[in-house]
Amino acid sequence: MYNIVSAIFLAENIKKIEIKAPRIAKKRKAGQFVMIRVSENGERIPLTIADSDPEKGTVTIIVQGMGKSTIELNGKEAGETIHDIVGPLGTPSHIEKFGTAVSIGGGVGTAIAYPTAVALKKAGNYVITINGARTKDLVILENEMKAVSDEAYITTDDGSYGFHGFVTQKLQELIDSGRTIDYVLAIGPIPMMRAVAEVTRPYGIPTVVSLNPVMVDGTGMCGGCRVTVENEIRFACVDGPEFDAHKVDFKNLSDRNRMYLGEERQSSETASHKCRIGHQQ
Amino acid sequence: MDPKPMTTKERLAIPRQAMPAQDPKERIHNFREVNLGYTPELAQQEAMRCIQCKDPVCIKGCPVNIKIDRFIKLVAEGNFLGAAKKIKEDNVLPAICGRVCPQEDQCEKVCVLTKKYTPVAIGNLERFVADYEREQGKIELPDVKPASGKKVAVIGSGPAGLSCANDLARLGHSVTVFEALHELGGVLMYGIPEFRLPKDIVKTEIEGMKKLGVKFVTNTVVGRSVTIDELMGEEHFDAIFIGVGAGLPWFMGIPGENLLGVYSANEFLTRVNLMKAYDFPRSDTPVFDCRGKNVAVFGGGNTAMDAVRTAKRLGAEHAYIVYRRSEAEMPARAEEIHNAKEEGIEFLLLMNPVEFTGNEEQWLTGVKCIRMELGEPDESGRRKPVPVKGSEFLLPVDMAVISIGNGSNPLIRQTTPDIEVSKRDTIVVDINTMATSKEAVYAGGDIVTGGATVILAMGAGRTAARAIHEKLTGTAPNFNEW
Repeated sequence: MYNIVSAIFLAENIKKIEIKAPRIAKKRKAGQFVMIRVSENGERIPLTIADSDPEKGTVTIIVQGMGKSTIELNGKEAGETIHDIVGPLGTPSHIEKFGTAVSIGGGVGTAIAYPTAVALKKAGNYVITINGARTKDLVILENEMKAVSDEAYITTDDGSYGFHGFVTQKLQELIDSGRTIDYVLAIGPIPMMRAVAEVTRPYGIPTVVSLNPVMVDGTGMCGGCRVTVENEIRFACVDGPEFDAHKVDFKNLSDRNRMYLGEERQSSETASHKCRIGHQQ
Repeated sequence: MDPKPMTTKERLAIPRQAMPAQDPKERIHNFREVNLGYTPELAQQEAMRCIQCKDPVCIKGCPVNIKIDRFIKLVAEGNFLGAAKKIKEDNVLPAICGRVCPQEDQCEKVCVLTKKYTPVAIGNLERFVADYEREQGKIELPDVKPASGKKVAVIGSGPAGLSCANDLARLGHSVTVFEALHELGGVLMYGIPEFRLPKDIVKTEIEGMKKLGVKFVTNTVVGRSVTIDELMGEEHFDAIFIGVGAGLPWFMGIPGENLLGVYSANEFLTRVNLMKAYDFPRSDTPVFDCRGKNVAVFGGGNTAMDAVRTAKRLGAEHAYIVYRRSEAEMPARAEEIHNAKEEGIEFLLLMNPVEFTGNEEQWLTGVKCIRMELGEPDESGRRKPVPVKGSEFLLPVDMAVISIGNGSNPLIRQTTPDIEVSKRDTIVVDINTMATSKEAVYAGGDIVTGGATVILAMGAGRTAARAIHEKLTGTAPNFNEW
């Protein structure tokens, strides 16, 4: 059992949770993730580490309630526990002084882009962040992103805040303005990452994405998280989760992520049914 | 009880006692254990078949050299608890080995009765004795030597790690076992299905080791959560045993392998065994719904048999084994092949997949196979299968499981570059001590051999424990004293 030190909502359905896990806090680097099992019968879900505090011995994750497990996790408050957490897993982000680096986060992907933006800044890069969301209320980590950025942009699909449009449009604007961009990191929904890859491809700008395939063990044993990169099978849990965006087969990834849609629906329905029963009592 | 003395002739006249088992028609609908175990009467009857050779070759056939003749004599005398104690002098996990060891290739293969008669059912007896002890609640803790003040870290709680940890704890060392998963037992938990090895047995064995003083730490991936150098430095371990098992599953490299519905055996079995997907949605982890579907498993080893029999139990209409050689070359145990056939598993032999086919939504719909024939022997000594030209055909399947073996996990070698690895990325050791190229670091089990058996891993764990003890104390342990 692992204790939850703090848990606060950053936006509707998006919660920041700080968990006591001293070994992980000490070791983790930007780009790495943990596997979490919320309860006894829970599944193992991968979540990228948003932050850590080695002194306090805590790691922070930012979770959007999507399916049964993430909704259950989002229901947890400070003082409660989760059953299991293991990490840090995955290969850390490759960080060096590229020059001008753009870190793009879409939706809750911003939580994952954030630590890498911090590391890029530390390495001496000129950091531009583009923080995209569907609408103003869903923008997260605005101040944190600003604090590590030389330039920080917010985009919303509906124009309710910041730039009206997609992150790719903002990125294209930056490229069109004629400035040199040496590195792009994009983390968010698959269509967004794929679109970013297509924006940078013609210019040959090195672009990295963090992939989110279905995982079971997360330690390099089951092969469920295999992705196709340059026509080769790679395992996101040990070879990734970050890969060269121009070489990733995004279609295969989004197809494979549909594998359990039916079961996920069934699970969520069972869970919400139980919740309703609970409320009536 | 005092059995009347029997002549060798009388002993040889007793037929080998069959293992009672669940009816195949019934067992394909449940995950309960297939074999039901000997009754005390059956066990004694079987034990009386042993002619107590002066030179018991069976002992040499056992990777951990259980004193087979002596424990069987105790069974024949009705001293079942004494027999359990005798086995445990050499084998920590008899209830497990009695179930999953390939006895027909080890002790029973060299039994002198094998030539003219059938071998003594050593495995069945081992299992009986261990179960008897457990079911009677009479598991005795072995003696533990006085504390040595030395600390040993064991990485991985599978058979190699458990066997090493147990021996070291009994020799008086302080042992901590690190496990990457949330559950202890390694392949015994995630790999081998309940119907072949009930998980409660594994848990009982591990509880016994906790009572011996072994500490277990789950959710710790050595190489990521902590490195070997950190364990030896900041955490002051005097020696380390690496028993992390096999790693990344191999795929076949044919088109369509990433279609929805294609699994590695590791993933399929982990979902069902460790994550209890058979109990979905009570358990949160799903697995492909096999009910009424056609499932093909590629491979001929024990893992392939486990996977195909699991699919059958999950309700598959047709469950196929597709293997590129003939049954004679199959690495799976004869008993498992027999059980699979009884359960209606369909064997498609001398066939090799060349391509998976899918529908528009990328769900698997079939597998194109080619027929094979056996040619000249290859480097493994088995006749090499060669494709028969123009013999391709399409087998309609909804789910496929690839069970052709594993590579090795890259985490240790990536984070501890001074441990020498082979071309296949397995860890290189001195087979007499299991010492790696790094001072005070030992390794054994699948990370050294590539995919092998539970008992070989346990043997390696014991060899390493002996060498570690000698290194830490300067004296060799005498396991015969136990």
